[in-house]
Amino acid sequence: MGALYDQINEDFRLEESLNACMNCGVCTAICPAAEFYKYDPRVICNIVQSQDDAEIEKLLKSDTIWYCGQCMSCKTRCPRGNAAGVVISVLRTWSQKLGYFVESEKGRQQLALKRAIGHNILERGYCVHPDIVSVEKHPEQGPVWEWYMEHIAEVSPRFGAKYHQRGAGAIREIAPENLKELHDIFEVTGGLEMYRTIEEKSEEYAKEHNLPFDDSYVEKIFTEDSGNHGL
Amino acid sequence: MQKRFWNEYQKEIADDHYFYGRSCIRQSFTPGAEAAFLNILRQDLGKDVTDDANQHTCTGIGYHSDIVPFYTTATVMARLFSLMTAAGYKNYIPSCVTSFGLFAEVLETWKHQPETLEKTREYLYKATKREFEVPENIAHSSDVLYKFRNELKPKMKYQLVNRHTGEPLRVVEHVGCHYAKVFPSYGVGGAEFPYVLAGLIEAWGGEVVDYPERRHCCGFGFRNYLVQANRGYSVSNTHKKLESMAPYRPDFILTNCPGCNMFLDRWQYTISEMEHKTYDTEGKGIPVLSHEELAALLMGYDPWEIGLQIHQVQCETLLDKIGVEYDPQGKYKDAKGNSLPAPEKPSCLLV
Repeated sequence: MGALYDQINEDFRLEESLNACMNCGVCTAICPAAEFYKYDPRVICNIVQSQDDAEIEKLLKSDTIWYCGQCMSCKTRCPRGNAAGVVISVLRTWSQKLGYFVESEKGRQQLALKRAIGHNILERGYCVHPDIVSVEKHPEQGPVWEWYMEHIAEVSPRFGAKYHQRGAGAIREIAPENLKELHDIFEVTGGLEMYRTIEEKSEEYAKEHNLPFDDSYVEKIFTEDSGNHGL
Repeated sequence: MQKRFWNEYQKEIADDHYFYGRSCIRQSFTPGAEAAFLNILRQDLGKDVTDDANQHTCTGIGYHSDIVPFYTTATVMARLFSLMTAAGYKNYIPSCVTSFGLFAEVLETWKHQPETLEKTREYLYKATKREFEVPENIAHSSDVLYKFRNELKPKMKYQLVNRHTGEPLRVVEHVGCHYAKVFPSYGVGGAEFPYVLAGLIEAWGGEVVDYPERRHCCGFGFRNYLVQANRGYSVSNTHKKLESMAPYRPDFILTNCPGCNMFLDRWQYTISEMEHKTYDTEGKGIPVLSHEELAALLMGYDPWEIGLQIHQVQCETLLDKIGVEYDPQGKYKDAKGNSLPAPEKPSCLLV
């Protein structure tokens, strides 16, 4: 048993999600990510179960652990009741804590997620809100979404929404006292520490590679695709 | 005597006094579905349900994108439970399937590792001075409609029957992955035989159409949609599902997860732009309804007041099959009744 394995094993989710894997590979057979990416959850479970620190460190620095879509179909099918998707969550958590996520193209995307979803949670009280689903960044949303966003203030009350207003209802503005409590929960439980780690390690990476650590960096990691990920 | 396995797949669903947990995605993309659900519960079923203005995200999308740690999510959920406790409720009904699955994960963690519950209580008190009770019952909003499906049926103005042929409408259902794939005992029918949506279709006169990729993920994939560079994963999975269901010629798709609802709708538009392909015979796409939207439509709610016009795949073909009365001129009006210009037409998908 290695020191790195001991470290990731501190996360109680690992014990809950990986127990006596027999490498049957049914998780890989059912996995949507394995159909489109060079991704094999069976191999990942085997490496973690082997407790081989060198191999685990390679995983934490690789693109591989970032391919999973967290559908958890693997959990349903595993004859041992294991959940490869949760093993992935544990590995991703430690990849970020140790700063290894910046070593891979897919891992570096965590900054874009933190800046979008992470900020939205604390600033608006929502993971997703219409104001962050811009027509420019989301062409797949189509012309009806464009129409809705153009007229949302006038149209959404028809559907019981309270866009940018207080009081009960859909997409209401969440009061500052509620946002403050969310912020305080993030501070006390390590959520803000995770956000800070993602920022700091990303900035270190950008400096080491002579990249400006500004919006252009976020845009780069949000859109960059080396094309090396598919089958 | 043959063992009756079905009994093992039933779940307890509270019959009144609900605390409603709103969904970030459903509020953003189909807010009328949540309003319709509350109206059906309150006005048509006479139930007591509260919609607390102080609620907020459960952080589920952040958790599954791995930027929010477990205890942060658990404590944010504990704050939602503290609102429920303070309001005098014990039954929590989330609108979101990601939330529902994550509530199950947190509750099961607290049950199996009681020290994690104590730690969560300490975190919540330290951050907010709040305390909470663990809900006595958690059911997804689709579970609640499933529970009352037979009670609603005689109140319905329409059935899932094609008025031109008299035949049951053919419906494919898509149950959100996190409804029961992680914790089967939390879902009606478990993970192997999820019946929550099929039960609605059958009770309301339709025919459930099986198809090979019925249980395949819609393709959301959290970071695989949220980051633009990864969206090929998302559209590819939806493409796989649509290709699989199309030969069975469904009249519409029924979902219970707000994310699945949006992706199965929007990716039809995207695929039509990319490949000039649609998955119905008329070039209009397959309409996608949620459980709340379907119930409201059959109850006789105005389709434009529940927001069906803000789906990208338009629903008039389905409305005509069911025989729903609607005002074509009322579709693109604002809340004050002023007419607005219609959205631009897609280059391929017919509207």
